[in-house]
Amino acid sequence: MTPNSAVRQWRKPHFIASPWLRWGLILGVAAYLSWALATLPFDWERISQGIPRAARIFGGGFPPSFERYELLFSGFKESFQIALLATLLGVLLSIPFAVMAARNIAPRPIYLLGRAVIIVSRSFHPVIVAILFVKAVGFGPLAGILTLTLYSIGFVGKLLAEEIEEIDWGQVEAMRAVGASYLSTLIYAVFPQILPRQIGLSMYQLDSNLRASAVVGIVGAGGIGGTLMNAFGRYDYDFAFAILLVIIAVILVSEGVSGWVRRRVW
Amino acid sequence: MPGPAVSLLLVWMLLLSIGLQGIAMLEITQLVKRYGRNDPVLKGLDLTVEGNSVVSIVGASGAGKSTLLRCINRLIEPSSGSIKLNGDELSNLHGQALRQARRRIGMVFQGFNLIDRLTVMENVLAGRLGYVSFLQAWRRRFPQQDIERAFELMERVGIAQYANKRADELSGGERQRVGVVRALMQEPDILLADEPTASLDPVTSEQIMKLMHSLAHELSLPVLINIHNVAQARTYTERIVGLRHGHMIFDGSPAQFDKAALEEIYGGIEAPDETTASATAEEHHG
Repeated sequence: MTPNSAVRQWRKPHFIASPWLRWGLILGVAAYLSWALATLPFDWERISQGIPRAARIFGGGFPPSFERYELLFSGFKESFQIALLATLLGVLLSIPFAVMAARNIAPRPIYLLGRAVIIVSRSFHPVIVAILFVKAVGFGPLAGILTLTLYSIGFVGKLLAEEIEEIDWGQVEAMRAVGASYLSTLIYAVFPQILPRQIGLSMYQLDSNLRASAVVGIVGAGGIGGTLMNAFGRYDYDFAFAILLVIIAVILVSEGVSGWVRRRVW
Repeated sequence: MPGPAVSLLLVWMLLLSIGLQGIAMLEITQLVKRYGRNDPVLKGLDLTVEGNSVVSIVGASGAGKSTLLRCINRLIEPSSGSIKLNGDELSNLHGQALRQARRRIGMVFQGFNLIDRLTVMENVLAGRLGYVSFLQAWRRRFPQQDIERAFELMERVGIAQYANKRADELSGGERQRVGVVRALMQEPDILLADEPTASLDPVTSEQIMKLMHSLAHELSLPVLINIHNVAQARTYTERIVGLRHGHMIFDGSPAQFDKAALEEIYGGIEAPDETTASATAEEHHG
C-alpha cells in the first residue's frame, strides 16, 4: 500500500447516466410486455390441439421421400435459373444506380433520384413484390426474376453506393488532374476501389437470391417454392420434407462457395 | 550539299518548332482563394515561373502552399485572380476546355494517389487518360507510342521491371516514381508537386528530389514543389518562394534564403490551420 492514499473504487459508468431515465425505461418496457401478453388472444385450447397436428405433419415427413426426384430436380433447376439471372441483372443494374446514389460523385438531383430508386426497391419484402409481379406478368419464373432483380438492385445498390462514398478521394483527384473525363475517372479511380466489395456483394446476393427464390415460388413466382407448396397442398409431407432437406443442403453449399470466393478477393 | 532553298526551309522548320514548343511560362496574378466568409487563404498572390527552373514553395502548414498548387490545375476553384499557362487563361475554363488544360499540367501528390489495385503500367498509362477515348481507356488499348513512352520513362526512373505488378505492392519510393512517371506521361508544360517527399523516409525522399531535379532539366520542364524540408529546397531547387498567411514574403535564390528569411516564414504566430483543412474537405465532397 502506498502511503496517504485511501482505497479508490471504480465502477463502470452506466450506459444511461440518469437513474430516473434508466429505471423509467426498464419499467416501461416491462409494463408494455405484460400488457401485450395479457391482451393478445392466445387460445390455449387451440394451441394444445395444434401440437398433435404438428406432430402428425412432422411424422408424415419421415422418412423423406425422394421418389419424385424429377420434380425436385426441375424445381431446383428453375430456382437456380431465377436466382442466377436475377443476380446477374440486379448486380449489373445496381452499378449505375449506386453511382447515381453516391453523394461524392453524383450531382445533387441525380443523387436524390438514385437514392429514391434504391429506397423504393428496398421498401417491400420480396414476397410482396412477387405478389405484385405475379399479378402483373402471370405465374411463372418471369415474375420471380423481376422480383429478385429489384431486390438485388436495392440491396447491392445501397451498399455499393455507401462503398463509393468511402473511397480514397486522392485517386479521383489524381485522375481529374491528368484531365480524365468523368467516365474514365469512374473506371480508373472509382471501380477498382469498389471491386472487391462488388464481388463479395454479388456472391452474397446470389446466395440470398437462391434462398429468396424458394420463398417467392410459394406465391407463384416459379421455382422450387411452387413445388414445395404443391407438396404441402397434397399432404405429401414426405416429399415436402425431402424438398426442405435439399434446400438446406443447397444453401449450405452456396454459403460455403460464396464465403470461399469472398475470402479469395482482397 | 542541299540547295539554299532547302536549307532555308530547314531553318524555318527549326524556328517553327522552337516557336511551337516555346518556353513554358506560368503567370499568376492577384490570386485570391477564400473559403466561405473566412479570411482568405491566398491574399492576392503574384508569381511568375519561366523556363526549366525548379521552384520550391516553403511555408508553415496553412500558409496556402497546397491551395496555390491546386488552384493552378483547378482541383480547387480560385476566388479571383488570373492564372496563365503559356498565355492561356486557366481560371475561367470549364468542362472539355478545362480537361484539355489539365493535360498540360502534371501533378505529383504527397500520398502518391496511385490506383492501388491496378498495375504499375495501368497507373502510368492513366497519365494519358486526357488524350485517349473512353473506349480505349476502358479496354486498355493505348496507342503504341504511349506504351513506348511509358517503358522509356519507367526505365529512366528504374521501375520498368514492375510494369505488371500491382501498384500497392511497391515501396513508398517506388510508388512515388510511378507518380512522377504518370505525371510525365501527360507530356506536361509544367509539373506541380505537392509535398512529394513528405510520406517518404529521409533517404528515399532525397532520391526523389534528386530525380525530380534531374528530370526537370532533361525535359526542360518548369517544376513547382511544395516542400517542408528546407535543406532539400536549398539543394535541389533554383528558386525559393516563401509563403506566410497567404502572402508571398520571400522570393529568391537558395543563397539569399538565410536564417532571417526562414524565421520570417516559419516564426511568429502560426496561421489558423483548420480553415484550409475543413474547407479542402468540403471541396472534395462538394
